[in-house]
Amino acid sequence: MRIRIHGGRLIDPAHQVDTTTDIYIADGHVVALGHAPSGFHTDQEIDATGRIVCPGLIDMHARLREPGAEHKGTILSETRAAAAAGVTTLCCPPDTQPIIDTPAVAELIRERAAVAGYVKVLTLGALSKGLEGVQISEMKALRDAGCVGVSNAWRPIANTLVMRRAMEYAATFDLPIFLHAEDPYLYAEGCAHEGAISTRLGLVGIPEIAETIAVARDLALVQETGARAHFCQLSTARGMELVLAAQAQGLPVTADVSAHQLHLTEMDIGDYNSLCHVRPPLRTQRDRDALRRSLTRGVAICSAHQPHEPDAKAGPYAETEPGIAGLESLLPLTLRLVDEGVLSLRDAIASLTAHPARILGITGGTLAVGTAADICVFDPKREWRLADHMLSQGRNTPFLHWDMHGKVTHTLLQGRVVYRES
Amino acid sequence: MAQQLRARLAARALQDPFMIGIQTGGVWVAQQLYRELQLPAQLGTLNINFYRDDFTRIGVHPMVTPTQLQERVNDRDIILVDDVLYTGRTVRAALNEIFDYGRPASVTLAVLVDRGCRELPIQADVVGVSVALAAGEQIKLNGPQPLTLEITKT
Amino acid sequence: MNHHRRLQLTKDGRLRHFIAIEGLPRAILMSILDTAEGFTSVANQSVKKVPLLRGKTIVNLFFESSTRTRTTFEVAAKRLSADVINFNISTSSASKGESLLDTLRNLEAMQTDMFVVRHDASGAAHFIAQQVAPHVSVINAGDGCHAHPTQAMLDMFTIRRHFGEFAPLNVAIVGDLLHSRVARSQIHALTTLQVNEVRVIGPKTLIPKGIDQMGVHVYHDMRAGLRDVDVVIMLRLQRERMHGAFIPSEHEYFQSYGLTPERLAYAKPHAIVMHPGPINRGVEIDSAVADGAQSVILEQVTNGIAVRMAVMALTMGSYAAQGEA
Repeated sequence: MRIRIHGGRLIDPAHQVDTTTDIYIADGHVVALGHAPSGFHTDQEIDATGRIVCPGLIDMHARLREPGAEHKGTILSETRAAAAAGVTTLCCPPDTQPIIDTPAVAELIRERAAVAGYVKVLTLGALSKGLEGVQISEMKALRDAGCVGVSNAWRPIANTLVMRRAMEYAATFDLPIFLHAEDPYLYAEGCAHEGAISTRLGLVGIPEIAETIAVARDLALVQETGARAHFCQLSTARGMELVLAAQAQGLPVTADVSAHQLHLTEMDIGDYNSLCHVRPPLRTQRDRDALRRSLTRGVAICSAHQPHEPDAKAGPYAETEPGIAGLESLLPLTLRLVDEGVLSLRDAIASLTAHPARILGITGGTLAVGTAADICVFDPKREWRLADHMLSQGRNTPFLHWDMHGKVTHTLLQGRVVYRES
Repeated sequence: MAQQLRARLAARALQDPFMIGIQTGGVWVAQQLYRELQLPAQLGTLNINFYRDDFTRIGVHPMVTPTQLQERVNDRDIILVDDVLYTGRTVRAALNEIFDYGRPASVTLAVLVDRGCRELPIQADVVGVSVALAAGEQIKLNGPQPLTLEITKT
Repeated sequence: MNHHRRLQLTKDGRLRHFIAIEGLPRAILMSILDTAEGFTSVANQSVKKVPLLRGKTIVNLFFESSTRTRTTFEVAAKRLSADVINFNISTSSASKGESLLDTLRNLEAMQTDMFVVRHDASGAAHFIAQQVAPHVSVINAGDGCHAHPTQAMLDMFTIRRHFGEFAPLNVAIVGDLLHSRVARSQIHALTTLQVNEVRVIGPKTLIPKGIDQMGVHVYHDMRAGLRDVDVVIMLRLQRERMHGAFIPSEHEYFQSYGLTPERLAYAKPHAIVMHPGPINRGVEIDSAVADGAQSVILEQVTNGIAVRMAVMALTMGSYAAQGEA
């Protein structure tokens, strides 16, 4: 299949490209930009006039719910939603059921994703056996089975000695560690940012220091062990500050932020809006503003996609399950930052393409000639609402009725159109 | 009216009757009757708000003054006083409330104005004045000092 | 907050649900107190009933056991001539089987007119009020650490009976503010009724973050906190709090924050002492104070019935009035 995407504005932050040009695709790869290579016969034309053509989005963190929680979502349903969201690569954490602590589970997920054929699915392996935080996992086997890193998801490694050994071992095999920085004792089963709002609503608060203490501990261990560490979904200004300061000192650490943390604050909980029940919790406006500022420093934006069945969100706030079905709002929420003057369009796209590719250590996130033709085409002007288009099995999002700008029209995975707006 | 009432009490040989006014206008009328008759028992007041039959239509109105019946009701001769007797629903509510305090020996109904148009089989024993009002006309007692009657059209 | 207000009031501003004090206008709180005043006479009747809610069905839906609170609601409902059904569902069995929503649908199908809800999760009553049919009212009988509005209103009723007005009063709330739904509702009620000053007193472990933003002054010392106070509200110290390392021991707690006659003397001479009950003698309050001349603890219990009757009558009446309009 040979495809020409013509007339679009090509933005490829990895190579500082921002120009209106045509893209030629053959055998799953980008074969030329601007002029057709000799002998190129187009099988399919995609008119991208007035649209933006960028590398397919790379989502650092999305739960597909399979295996184990298919009533919330399946690999098929969620990867289909991902394709509609312009995502061509996503990374899923190990807290499936069974847990990804053996190569077999990692292979199962990737195979099913390959059969579905919508996006490339990467997996993180478990950092500890059964995510129990006691015994380190068979990291080398997990790496050999294709896991791009190891993580304990939201399960704590309370024992600092275990964390030290896990980092040492991961560093031995140069496997990055993905951390959810949260001190389990300070977290204390809380469900909202500790402050005036959690006090008013009578909700158990999660203090800012639950994150900063965990970040500080793990940074000290990184310094000690030389492990590569990635901090997932940071929620506080101080936590992010610590990571970026360590990075500036040369430590091999990176960070991402979930798209919803860049728009919502604790105020949005209002009167127990369970759709705003997330982990880490929505923080203060000061935190949100600091997270926004960090985006010019190589921080990635992820969806933190967590689809739920309606029952999971129907109950008293603290008893509902945390998480937002965020895949399909990932791009429009990032573009909203451009509208609000927080980021340039190029930086916005970089935070969804080049930065995550670099952090995950994968090729991709670029449209240079010779790379895989994972491409997202979107209409930056189009106004739409999630409520009318959502494909994820979970409709648990506080953004359901927001006016969104920027709608994906085509997604190509390795030169194949996997989504076309109908 | 006081004389009528006195005559009635004498005719029926009622000793130590217990006079109860229905809030708000009935209490004002009762206060005057009470003074003129110089009854020994304390004057009671009745707040029938919670016995009305139109709760399901209009809800409750907050009212500060509760029912105050300092005297025993059981086996007593009650003189129930209201300002205007109209549909009879207020008197029905008042009777129900009184019976929740005890079983009176008798109840005598005294009203300042009987304007007719009854919806329930209730008649006053003592009536100050009877007036026939056209449809849409309302009669209202203003008080407590001085007591004046006012007829308005709605 | 506006959300609370929208949920609790009808379009014409009547009380539809009673979930939290927060967001209710002063006039509504005053109408509850006034209506309750009217109901105080019912206790003097030989038939202690008024026919107001005859034929209505009220379900006491208790996910957290509390015989005391359930009983006062039951007495209030029965004095209004309503039919009362008690449902005690331990959260453990609820979590095993049907969801809260299913339980609700089932009970609603039995032509229920009102739910009186107690639940250990903050926001439970709010959630239920969002789910019920338009003719059903919900009264919050305590949700998690969030609110216990009828308790707060009976406290306001008791205060008004003693002082007649709210404006000049200084009120101190003492003890475990962190876990207290009663305290949160009291604070909202006192600030809405515009008392002169609300203080909270307790160790830092039991004073929640940002409580000053609710319009209170924070004290950690009884002597300073009780000075010139008209009303002292003692909160119950739950025994299980000790396991959470909030306080080292009951003994030490009493040494610092127990209300003794000596400490009560810091307050104004006419000050009254309140407690939502049940009291822990020798933990948060000395028996000499609990049973002393300044204690109004038993009055609170008595007033609780009239106040709950008022809230039930007002909420049920609001739908009726709505239908008429």
